[in-house]
Amino acid sequence: MSAKAKSKLTPEQRNATLRRVLHKIKPYSLFVVCSLVVAAVSVAAQLYIPILCGNAIDFMLGKGSVNLSAVLNIVVEILVVAVAAAFAQWLLSVCNNRITFSVSRDLRNEAMRKIQTLPLSYLDSHPSGDIVSRMVADVDTFADGLLMGFTQLFSGVLTILGTLLFMLSQNVPITLVVVCVTPLSLVVASFLAKRSYKYFQGQSTVRGEQTALVNEMIEGQKVVQAFGHEAESLEAFDEVNGRLQDVSLKAIFFSSMTNPATRFVNNIVYAGVGLVGAIYAVAGGITIGQLSIFLSYANQYTKPFNEISGVVTELQNALACAARVFELLDADDQIPEAENAAALQPDGHVVLHDVSFRYLPDRPLIEGLNLDVKPGQRIAIVGPTGCGKTTLINLLMRFYDVNGGSITVSGTDIRDVTRASLRGSYGMVLQDTWLRAGTVRENIAYGKPDATDEEIIAAAKAAHADSFIRRLPEGYNTVIAEDGGNISQGQKQLLCIARVMLCLPPMLILDEATSSIDTRTEVRIQAAFARMMRGRTSFIVAHRLSTIREADVILVMKDGHIVEQGNHDELLAQGGFYATLYNSQFEGVET
Amino acid sequence: MNKMLNYLNGYKRECVLAPLFKMLEASFDLFVPLVMADIVNVGIAAHDFHYILMRCGILLLLAIIGLACSLTAQYFSAKASVGYSTALRHALFAHIQTLSFTEMDTLGTSTLITRMTSDLNQVQSGLNLFLRLFLRSPFVVFGAMIMAFTVNVRAALIFVVAIPLLSVVVFGVMVVTRPLYKTVQTRLDRVLGLTRENLTGARVVRAFDKEQTEVNRFEDANALLTKMQLHVGHISALMNPLTYVIINLAIVALLYVGSVQIHVGDMASGDVIALVNYMNQILVELVKLANLIVQVSKALACAGRVQAVLATKPGMQFPQEVPGEVPAEKQNDAVRFDHVGLTYAGAGAPSLTDISFTAEKGQTIGVIGGTGSGKSSLVSLIPRFYDATEGSVEIFGHPVQNYPREELRGKVSVVMQKAQLFGGTIRSNLLWGNQNASDADLWAALETAQAAEFVHSKPLGLDEPVEQGGRNLSGGQKQRLTIARALVSKPDILILDDSASALDYATDAALRKALAALPGSMTVFIVSQRAASLQHADQILVLDDGHLAGLGTHAELLASCPVYEEIYASQFKKGDARQ
Repeated sequence: MSAKAKSKLTPEQRNATLRRVLHKIKPYSLFVVCSLVVAAVSVAAQLYIPILCGNAIDFMLGKGSVNLSAVLNIVVEILVVAVAAAFAQWLLSVCNNRITFSVSRDLRNEAMRKIQTLPLSYLDSHPSGDIVSRMVADVDTFADGLLMGFTQLFSGVLTILGTLLFMLSQNVPITLVVVCVTPLSLVVASFLAKRSYKYFQGQSTVRGEQTALVNEMIEGQKVVQAFGHEAESLEAFDEVNGRLQDVSLKAIFFSSMTNPATRFVNNIVYAGVGLVGAIYAVAGGITIGQLSIFLSYANQYTKPFNEISGVVTELQNALACAARVFELLDADDQIPEAENAAALQPDGHVVLHDVSFRYLPDRPLIEGLNLDVKPGQRIAIVGPTGCGKTTLINLLMRFYDVNGGSITVSGTDIRDVTRASLRGSYGMVLQDTWLRAGTVRENIAYGKPDATDEEIIAAAKAAHADSFIRRLPEGYNTVIAEDGGNISQGQKQLLCIARVMLCLPPMLILDEATSSIDTRTEVRIQAAFARMMRGRTSFIVAHRLSTIREADVILVMKDGHIVEQGNHDELLAQGGFYATLYNSQFEGVET
Repeated sequence: MNKMLNYLNGYKRECVLAPLFKMLEASFDLFVPLVMADIVNVGIAAHDFHYILMRCGILLLLAIIGLACSLTAQYFSAKASVGYSTALRHALFAHIQTLSFTEMDTLGTSTLITRMTSDLNQVQSGLNLFLRLFLRSPFVVFGAMIMAFTVNVRAALIFVVAIPLLSVVVFGVMVVTRPLYKTVQTRLDRVLGLTRENLTGARVVRAFDKEQTEVNRFEDANALLTKMQLHVGHISALMNPLTYVIINLAIVALLYVGSVQIHVGDMASGDVIALVNYMNQILVELVKLANLIVQVSKALACAGRVQAVLATKPGMQFPQEVPGEVPAEKQNDAVRFDHVGLTYAGAGAPSLTDISFTAEKGQTIGVIGGTGSGKSSLVSLIPRFYDATEGSVEIFGHPVQNYPREELRGKVSVVMQKAQLFGGTIRSNLLWGNQNASDADLWAALETAQAAEFVHSKPLGLDEPVEQGGRNLSGGQKQRLTIARALVSKPDILILDDSASALDYATDAALRKALAALPGSMTVFIVSQRAASLQHADQILVLDDGHLAGLGTHAELLASCPVYEEIYASQFKKGDARQ
């Protein structure tokens, strides 16, 4: 989507972007200089060859009047110039490749480093697809545009100037014929470009519509069949398909007119040069050889014009893409660590003092939250969706910073310790089961890459993952695909649990850690968790009330506030929100 | 592949005319150097202004005719290729509609979507390019050579040597770089994968303090990519300089041979100009040809993938006739499973083994079991989404295989785990159940599905727009609407496949109460993880790893089925449930 984004930049933005692009190219300025020099050499040599040919032709006037030795001399000269031009061309490509691919590599690396220092609020509020497309598609389009720009813009301009110069040096009136026809070619090209752009826009709109429909219908195919809705879907599809046919035909036809049209203009130039040139030749103003020079030039004259007009659109597009990449690079970093940030020595004592937090400035979420967690306590957090349970985890891990109040661990404000030591003190299992593309072993050992096989297997056993891992085709060496498609959601969750079991940090955060696991397996994992949580401060978010009953403290949250606090029996006795929540699950149950 | 060509049938005329006109254009192009040679050899030599004017008029005429021909060709080829892809897209969509669940599972939705969109677009542009160039480019290359022979045989021999040499370079570079470009793509995919991974896993990466490790990993992958890009770049950078040198060698040879021929009087200087011109035309067309081959082979690969989908035969046949009388002993049957087993296509182990039970008309049947125990598989056999691989499944006294498709799907309505709605309005979605349902029918279904209240609260009520995939509704709202949709069709058998999971306990209970209160003798299957949801069922099927671990009422199972007891206990500790 973004690769073709024609987001128009204002002139100031374009200049600013251009300056930054030039700055990125700076480390490779040696290659740039080299590229410019060889481009000039190659263009000059390429324009010189027709002149040499013309000269040769002038030495072969007719039967018996051919100067063979002169022709031979020129022939050798042509060969030397051609080899020089070819070598210059090759060097040009090599330099340009080097510049382009190095710059795009640098940009990608910079973007990846940026991702690691962006605050999570940025990552949470920007669709990952958008960031990926900036880093991959946009950088690619930018590189393509840059490469084309380097290769064709400079040599194109040089070719046009050189051609005019060489022609002027030979004969002024014929040159004027060529110059007069030039505007025609520009008018035709811009007319066609505008037209086909309009229809291509139309085509991509209808294509988008069709893709959306296809997506919906194919994803819902089972429902379509279950309700026997096949004919109706096909009808809806055909309607869009018909519209697509109309607009595509126009778009393709108009865009494919460009080549014939420019060939036509070129042919007119050729005929014009032929006419005027021949008349001059008859009058003795130019030789046959000179006429042949003009004819060669005329034949290639429109080519650089087409290239340049193509390059200009490409470059604009490339700049727009570069601007999108820079936008990512310019996003604010997370708050840097305090200068004297120390490593945390956790004892499991966590205090939240008057904490307030909001994702959006005008939407308060957590207000005046106080909580004192003794070392080794088990805290369960319950409440309806959107009440702030996961937010609390975000604050504890310092994925987000509090807006007011403070959170302390072992009496130290978590903003005064390094993020690494804080996060290293927590073992975290989230509902969102993230695994990396790699083997099962690599995934379990993610937090402890030097773990031995015995440790890994022990962790897997503790997480009840060992038996399913052994049944995988390659056991612990089975590669998990990028989307994790080859194992089930529940199995992924078990691996995430094993990953934490291996590290056994002093505090635990379990955010819906068993939501995808059936209740029987869950009961067994709970036992493992219970062993693991012994002596560890732990925070548990769960929607299954059965999993939180045994917590030391249950926090009942509603709309960012803790509305009730206590253990299971106390809260049930209170008969408040928790009691209602708890009892609703037994609606209709009689024992 | 032959079948794929059938869709071109409506465009035979265009497919012939497009290349033909392209060829006409090319032949006019080929005359230009000859006319120019005449101007030099005759017009200038004889100082004949009239002749020169006439010839230049011919040049102009050739340009105009050439333009007309090529525009005609472009039009026909655009028409044929767009028409073809439209027809193919229609055929593909229609074909996908006939595939059964087994084929849909094997092919996968994302594959099918790619086939319908980007693959077909590639086919379209490949065909377009092919129609325009496959005759033109070879014609120009060989035409130029033949024209050269008409000018001078000895000079033309240079063409005979130059053309193969040029071809070797152009196609050689292409052959060498193509697999390398594939490697570039693989490495780019790796970079893309790592990027995506770091974004979706940002919390875990930071929780484990792996930021630097991830950056290093990325930079390694990125460096590999750049290295490969440079490698390919350097090889393909050879093409232009090499062909340039060859062309100039040929021109040099032409000049030398030409001068000798002119010296002995076999040629005029205008002919040399024409020959040099032909040589330059050849290079342009060879590059186009190489490009054409790359594009067309890409398009063929895409066409092959489309073809593979079209060649997938629907694995299920439905009879046309409604089955006859029901034997007396089965009068009361709604659903009967007789030693049923199911092994999915391509799966190593069976998902269901030896399941037997009978559900009577009007009964409510609960299905419970752990993740992956086969609950959904079991109920999906009833509407014949899949065929049992062992034993038999009967509804209302006849095997499911004996019902026509519409008849069967009209009797059985399934509310699937994933609530799937379609773009339109609430009304248009509900009407999927029955096109002729009245508003009163719709509201009645919404009432039962516990959805009436929230539909009422929408400003437009039944006409409230639903975005594609129902994005503008919450999970619970979507689930209730899919239940209502199934109720609108007034099925004899209703299957709720874990379709109340997003509902809170109170709404879930109200839904079950409303279903039980419906008039008639609808048989209801409720699949759930919650024991509480199934307690009132007439029979509960307890599944464990695809086996039937228990069958009976709640009370019976508590007493006799350890698996059920364990599930129950995991949800309600003894004595905890409301006294």
